[in-house]
Amino acid sequence: MASLPDLVCPAGSLPALKAAVDNGADAVYLGFKNDTNARNFAGLNFDAKAMAEGIRYAHAKGREILLAINTFPQAGRVADWQNAVDAAVDHGVDAIILADIGLLDYARERHPQQRLHLSVQGSATSYEAINFCQREFGIRRAVLPRVLTLAQVENVIKNTTVEIEVFGFGSLCVMNEGRCWLSSYACGESPNTVGACSPAKYVKWDKKPGAMETRLNGILIDRFSDSEPAGYPTLCKGRFDVQGETYYALEEPTSLNVLEILPEIIKIGVRAIKVEGRQRSPIYVAQVTRTLRAALDSMHEGNERFHVKPAWQAELAKVSEGSQATLGAYNRPWR
Amino acid sequence: MNGSFTIPKFRLPPFVTRLGQKLPQWPHALALVGALNAALKMNLLPESELALLEDKTFRVRVLDTGGEASYTYRDGLFRPIFRPERDPDLAFEANLSAYLQLLARQEDPDTLFFNRELEITGNTELGLVVKNMLDAVEWPALPASLLRIRHSAS
Repeated sequence: MASLPDLVCPAGSLPALKAAVDNGADAVYLGFKNDTNARNFAGLNFDAKAMAEGIRYAHAKGREILLAINTFPQAGRVADWQNAVDAAVDHGVDAIILADIGLLDYARERHPQQRLHLSVQGSATSYEAINFCQREFGIRRAVLPRVLTLAQVENVIKNTTVEIEVFGFGSLCVMNEGRCWLSSYACGESPNTVGACSPAKYVKWDKKPGAMETRLNGILIDRFSDSEPAGYPTLCKGRFDVQGETYYALEEPTSLNVLEILPEIIKIGVRAIKVEGRQRSPIYVAQVTRTLRAALDSMHEGNERFHVKPAWQAELAKVSEGSQATLGAYNRPWR
Repeated sequence: MNGSFTIPKFRLPPFVTRLGQKLPQWPHALALVGALNAALKMNLLPESELALLEDKTFRVRVLDTGGEASYTYRDGLFRPIFRPERDPDLAFEANLSAYLQLLARQEDPDTLFFNRELEITGNTELGLVVKNMLDAVEWPALPASLLRIRHSAS
């Protein structure tokens, strides 16, 4: 059997980072407290002091810290993103996760020794794109967008020497990573520009008798009855009237969960499995990390009879968006 | 939860709610504000985020106990509001078990929100500030004697 992939877990705060390390993450990814990362939410992320403490904690236990600078430099402010790259190197992170090719070029020129990963926001879905970034910027790993089937992921891995990281668990969106402007359509701001999808200041939850309405910049995007599970207030997970029928026209509120196909993911040579959710609390990080660690370790014990324990599925289903999970694009018949 | 006590999901019977609604609400506000100010004194809450709470009003409503507490943050202290004159900037509604699970860091607020066990209305960004501020707090470790009680209870 191929060696186990790294388990890469999210942290939006120091307690979340420690929860990831303590529960068995091989690497933790995080971001600075500004718009150089795509989870730029009020009160979230790491200032210099928390970053230093987090790196010390992870390294003391032999784990890696990956720093996401995965938004796109905005006009007139390119220096802010370059400064973030310099600061990440100064902090001694194990790798920087970048999306913008201008920044990749800057990091490669300025810090040739620094390990670089291509972010999912870089939107590279083919081995040609990944090999280009290896040749030009020396990237060591690429995070694949959640649009490929398992067979397509395998094809990418067969045609590159760049390590491949895929998403294993977490909230799903319309999955057009790095190319999605739906949030900007509703509120003029999106992950690529300000580091947040559907920024909270545009979100309003209105309680009505027997229902809750979600509005994004005044636009009604969903209405939940009291017994229906809820999701994040993004346009791609809204219910819309399409030719007289109101339904989730783009994407249902749901989370990706690859437990069922873990053996296949390992067999095709995936190097790292990523968990989504830097915006979630330390307890979510602990619950998901602990569960995936147990699943991965059960495979390492060399048994080919991997079976998904109901307790793992129950734990992951509980924390899932909309209280439901899917295999996403991995097992879709269409390409 | 690894040998320590787990708070189950529960709902108190309706008569508790009816009774709770008839009781005065000011003791809840005083208790909550006292706890928040204790956290302030221990420098657990970061000043940059506290500044965003200045003059904002909050209401915490416990559905099944029928209790609620309103408070604000002004000039470096949390202060109770005994007679709210307007809708709060941020309001939380949940049953007692959900609040206990949150306080014990046993469940994630997003999980409770997705499952419709926690409702947040008002200024959503303010809600995010409060949530992320509390998530980032490194609570002091419980004294060893208390930990022993927790273990023997399970």
